[in-house]
Amino acid sequence: MKIEEIEKEIAEEFSLFDDWMGKYEHIIELGKSLPLIEEKYKTDDRLIKGCQSKVWLHSKTQDGKIFYSADSDAIITKGLVALVVRVLSGHTPDEIVNAKMDFINQIGLTQHLSPTRANGLVNMIKQMKLDAFAHKAKTV
Amino acid sequence: MIVKEKHITLDVMKIRKDFPILSRKVNGNPLIYFDNGATAQKPKQVIDTISAYYTVQNANIHRGVHTLSQEITAAYENARATVQKHIHAKYSHEILFTSGTTEGINLVANGFSKKMVTAGDEILVSEMEHHSNILPWQQLCEEKNATLKVIPINETGELLLDEFKKLLSSKTKLVALTHVSNTLGTINPVKEIIRFAHSKNIPVLIDGAQAIPHLKVDVQDLDADFYCFSGHKAYGPTGVGILYGKEEWLRRLPNYQVGGGTIKTVSFKKTEYADIPLRFEAGTPHIEGGIGLAAAIDYINEIGLQVISDYEHELTIYANEKLLEIEGLKIIGTAKDKASVISFVIDKIHPYDLGVILDQLGIAVRTGHHCTQPIMDKFGVAGTVRVSLSFYNTKEEIDTLVKGIIKAKQMLK
Repeated sequence: MKIEEIEKEIAEEFSLFDDWMGKYEHIIELGKSLPLIEEKYKTDDRLIKGCQSKVWLHSKTQDGKIFYSADSDAIITKGLVALVVRVLSGHTPDEIVNAKMDFINQIGLTQHLSPTRANGLVNMIKQMKLDAFAHKAKTV
Repeated sequence: MIVKEKHITLDVMKIRKDFPILSRKVNGNPLIYFDNGATAQKPKQVIDTISAYYTVQNANIHRGVHTLSQEITAAYENARATVQKHIHAKYSHEILFTSGTTEGINLVANGFSKKMVTAGDEILVSEMEHHSNILPWQQLCEEKNATLKVIPINETGELLLDEFKKLLSSKTKLVALTHVSNTLGTINPVKEIIRFAHSKNIPVLIDGAQAIPHLKVDVQDLDADFYCFSGHKAYGPTGVGILYGKEEWLRRLPNYQVGGGTIKTVSFKKTEYADIPLRFEAGTPHIEGGIGLAAAIDYINEIGLQVISDYEHELTIYANEKLLEIEGLKIIGTAKDKASVISFVIDKIHPYDLGVILDQLGIAVRTGHHCTQPIMDKFGVAGTVRVSLSFYNTKEEIDTLVKGIIKAKQMLK
């Protein structure tokens, strides 16, 4: 599936919830499904510094595609991280670098991208794109 | 003259009408504002003062001969006198307008770095300080090859006074201490601490940011050498604060920022500087901030700080009891003498997650380390949830908070 298709799928999934509670319960459930980062990768150099919740991110390449795994100490952040990983993981560096990530806005979670939220999500997306860029540079 | 305030109870519903923001909704729910430690909401008396300034009073101060400038200069200097009376300073020239507590501390640290501290000297702070009362001193110590010493706290969040006494030495140049902890709520026995430091001829700076909104502060009674606070935490505007300094100390401090307003005469060969306080107030000041702060002080005094502090105390006891009924909730900071700040953690729940859910319910709390990372290290937590109460909060709001926390717990388990 292309990045835009996964984004659309997530938007449809969230359109089922008509109140904030359902939406957040779903995010919390998603957090539990996140492919956890291997303990050995939960190191300080993989830590994305948000002010309040910690996010660890690891990326690897396979057949020209990038695969991410991640974790967070806060469960809502973990759910948001799971969504982003689901959208970007398994794509080529070019696709990842160019991804618009409009779904966050579409499902009404834009406020989580505000820097004052301090949940590390903005920095995580930035780091994922940087990783993709670095992989791309290596292969050129 | 100290007037004993009458024992009257506070009419909270009437007071809430003075704060326009309290009638707004957040995420579809009535706003419940429990982040007063970060900044307090503003009564319409303060908003109207700022609005009137720009509508009919705007001019620069200390300069023009024209009527507007004369009027606003008088209003600004009256504001200084209002602050002087409020904290019972001896002279109005001991009151410096700053941009906030942080600038006040930096101004003093800058002066001590230039003139008072040399290699091998010591500055004493406490383990419960806000970063703003650590970093200026840490930087000073790095610059001057001096040592930053730290007064430890116990498990309830109280200063260890015996340790404090042992830490004072002939090398100590200053003690910088918070009056009320922004994270733990502890009210420190600053008068006793100042008295002891003075017995060794050591000056004391008090960070009063969290004390001024809640307690009657008398700088002469405390005998503080420096006392600083912010306007915005005391129902006034942001971007304005006060540094009180005893006249003798302000005269000893070298210039901080220099520029327009700080001089008597200027030539390229020699500049003669103005007297205190103007010597420290370079550039056009935050004029509406100053008069807005005075309006906030008048507002508080009209209600009465004793009445405010009695009501907040009652609310704090109620919140404490109700919160402790929640399973797995632990309060961080249980000092005997506490202001209306309650920090807590809940088993297996990240403060950030709780903050997000409470926000959905319209409840504003603070989560994280509250700019006091050493306290988080001391208590072995990554962060806390902080509820800081004001006299416009109600018991009903606390009940809603408790229900919200229980709901969040169910969702997050």
